[in-house]
Amino acid sequence: MKVNRKAAAVAAASAAVLALASCASSDRDSGSGSSSGGGGGGGTLTFGAAGAPAVFDPFYASDGETFRVTRQLYDTLVMFKPGTADMTPALAESWNNSPDGKTWTFNLRSGVKFSDGTALDATAVCKNFERWYNQTADGLAGAEYWSSNFGGSKVTKEPSLYKSCTPTSNKVVVQLNRVTSKFPSVLGLPSFSIQSPTAMDKYKANDLKGKGEGIAYPEYAKSHPTGSGPFTLEKYDTANQTITLKRNANYWGDKAKIDKLVFKIIPNESSRKQALEAGEIDGYDFPNPADWNSLKQNNDLKVRPAFNVLYLGLNAKANPKLKDLKVRQALMTAINRPQLVKSQLPEGAKVADEFMPDTVDGYNTSPTKYTYDVNKAKQMLQQAGAAGMQIELWYPSEVSRPYMPNPQKIFDAIKKDWEAAGLKVKPVTKPWNGGYLDAVDNGDASSFLLGWTGDYNTADNFIGTFFTETTNRFQTGQYPWGKQLSAELTKADSTVDEADRTAQYKTINNKLVTEYLPGLPISHSPPAIVFNKKVSGITPSPLTDERYNYAEIKK
Amino acid sequence: MVGVMLLLSLLLFVWLRSLPGGPASAICGDRCNPAKLAQIKKTLGLDDPVIVQYLNFLKRAVTGDFGVSTGVQPGRSSMEIFVERLPATIELGVLAMIIAVAAGIPLGYLAARRRGGILDGLTLTSSLLGVAIPVFFTAFVLKYFFAVDWHLFPISGRQGDIEATRVTNFFVLDGLLTREWDAAWDALRHLILPAVTLATIPFSFVFRITRAAVLDVLDEDYVRTAEAKGLSSKVITRRHVLRNAMLPVVTIIGLQMGALLGGAILTETVFGFPGLGDALARAFTGRDYSMLQLLILMAAATYVVVNLLVDITYAYIDPRVRTR
Repeated sequence: MKVNRKAAAVAAASAAVLALASCASSDRDSGSGSSSGGGGGGGTLTFGAAGAPAVFDPFYASDGETFRVTRQLYDTLVMFKPGTADMTPALAESWNNSPDGKTWTFNLRSGVKFSDGTALDATAVCKNFERWYNQTADGLAGAEYWSSNFGGSKVTKEPSLYKSCTPTSNKVVVQLNRVTSKFPSVLGLPSFSIQSPTAMDKYKANDLKGKGEGIAYPEYAKSHPTGSGPFTLEKYDTANQTITLKRNANYWGDKAKIDKLVFKIIPNESSRKQALEAGEIDGYDFPNPADWNSLKQNNDLKVRPAFNVLYLGLNAKANPKLKDLKVRQALMTAINRPQLVKSQLPEGAKVADEFMPDTVDGYNTSPTKYTYDVNKAKQMLQQAGAAGMQIELWYPSEVSRPYMPNPQKIFDAIKKDWEAAGLKVKPVTKPWNGGYLDAVDNGDASSFLLGWTGDYNTADNFIGTFFTETTNRFQTGQYPWGKQLSAELTKADSTVDEADRTAQYKTINNKLVTEYLPGLPISHSPPAIVFNKKVSGITPSPLTDERYNYAEIKK
Repeated sequence: MVGVMLLLSLLLFVWLRSLPGGPASAICGDRCNPAKLAQIKKTLGLDDPVIVQYLNFLKRAVTGDFGVSTGVQPGRSSMEIFVERLPATIELGVLAMIIAVAAGIPLGYLAARRRGGILDGLTLTSSLLGVAIPVFFTAFVLKYFFAVDWHLFPISGRQGDIEATRVTNFFVLDGLLTREWDAAWDALRHLILPAVTLATIPFSFVFRITRAAVLDVLDEDYVRTAEAKGLSSKVITRRHVLRNAMLPVVTIIGLQMGALLGGAILTETVFGFPGLGDALARAFTGRDYSMLQLLILMAAATYVVVNLLVDITYAYIDPRVRTR
């Protein structure tokens, strides 16, 4: 009996294995997934990504990992010149605006097709604009960049910047409800990629729903991205965490030199470094600045131009003493920023004198500059009746940002400087998404480290984002000048004449550091991207907008 | 069992919502402002009272719908991610347990047979080290030497840049079933270092319990009688010593299977191995409510089921348990 039972078990197990084996056949035989997209033996480039892309529809994304992939799949009407944040033609060969600045005409490149064969014409472009504007409330919750840049949609009370889109032969005419300096640069953002209307209809691209505690995305966004870019999606192997793109042989622009582009998700930064050194990946970005020198020995480390700002936000709601301009100025004077930049930030980092980098139009080349003087800071605090005041200094844990590679070290440097000026500094730290951002948004943090990486080259993208709303992270609404600053920014943003607009931003930038000082600009810090020496052709971008169709791999 | 799971789910639900941060902040991101955050919370129903949220959660959970991930793989169904990653962790856990048992039982037996000898001393010390050294340290050391320095094994992941057909998502098995031998070998190479790391914990327990149990059994009258009857030492070892010594060892194997998930969190994180341990770590950092709820409830359910399996195995090994 015992033997029978054992034999039965063995027989059952063998039957199960045989059944599985008979169902399973190798996909290799059918040749699926092995198409090179018509490449000429350019090989495969494997890039180590820190995280999984949220979706393949960039309209519903706001994270760098998604954009890194979708930039290779889609085109936008305008794009950014390689290595800069300045606009250059893409799907639109040229464009012009009406004297009132509200009507924009884009002349489209002819003969472009999406990878599903649909023609990329004026009708297709307008269908994209209409799709963005027709989002439901659920859709808007997922469409971060639309709501940040264009405001509401057809169904919301909040007005939208967008009014209409009219296709005429190979031209599209876009009407806006108001003038803004961000248009048309904003159309270079990956979120505003032009996607195939046929594929979007077929796979219900707008069928996004809030579900449980998250957002459920439609089939289109998960598996069927269809653009006109230099690559197409071959497969997303979620079990092995790799995304494989293949060369689009019909691309209208510079066709990819490599056959395949693989993004391998390796969340741990030191594992990405080790994988590069072991030859498992060809490149990754945001290497720890402490590793730059060792990486340079055997690899090609490229420093991206710094297009960000690290600032120390101040919030007088959480510490009323900060309402006094003299106190805020004393805090600024007490920080030895040149030393901080030299000792805590990667090479190429610069002291920030304003809330935006000097490459952005509207930067004031001669604003009031603060120089480090601990005695002067003490004196100023004395005059303001705040000598020895206590202040909470918040910094995030469990995070590294391009503008702030190591928050704790920056915090340590500032704390030391402030204590030298007689301040009593109370450290407060919370995980980035475990209370830090919430506390800053709720106005609980009196002084906090935060920053911003620019999306495109306009002053509005930096100081407009920070201070136009008076309920911002600095709570500028509580100062007597908060509304005035907001009005000044709105006026500058809606000025059609470029020279006049730039002059207004220069004035605002000077006032921001002299009269207002809602926070303390600290530094601009260049992040890096590293490849092994076999890879060439990639231009490091300040916007992390590297294009892999130019990549070449030496054999 | 249902009562325990319900109570746990309620506690878990309330605890998660008392933590700072959450999926709405994660979705809202760097450019968040209070108005935007409120809109996202409304869309996701996170502005409802906790009890309403809990009841909605229960309603969905009974149909197997645990919501959508916001951190591990944003936008995908948590259950889908769970089902996909479960084979990775099972593959890892089973190989780790095979290594632990294959090394622990023979070594435990030999150490007991040669009590006080050099082998006994050496294995006892190494089993102590297995318990005392934190898993992540073992992982870093193994990875540094065997993967980074000597290039004997891959650094991270489940499979390299190889075309592989997926059938069951058990990568080694898939390679064997589809006769893609290179894919199976590659998957196995990716498994070895994490599995050896993970095996250090159960190995120590299996070894020590085997050694102690064998020592106990060797002193029993029936072993002496068997020896006096002139039975061969092979028969005595197999029928009388090991079979009786295995009861406590099976218990410990069962308990350790459950505990492996804890070790898997660290091991999978260090080796970038996309299993459930890695998902749990990332879900916690990213405050991915739906993934956390699913993973913690599943871990609890696993404990219950494994204990049940241990009881069944008892009955198989020891007929006395069956007749009681």
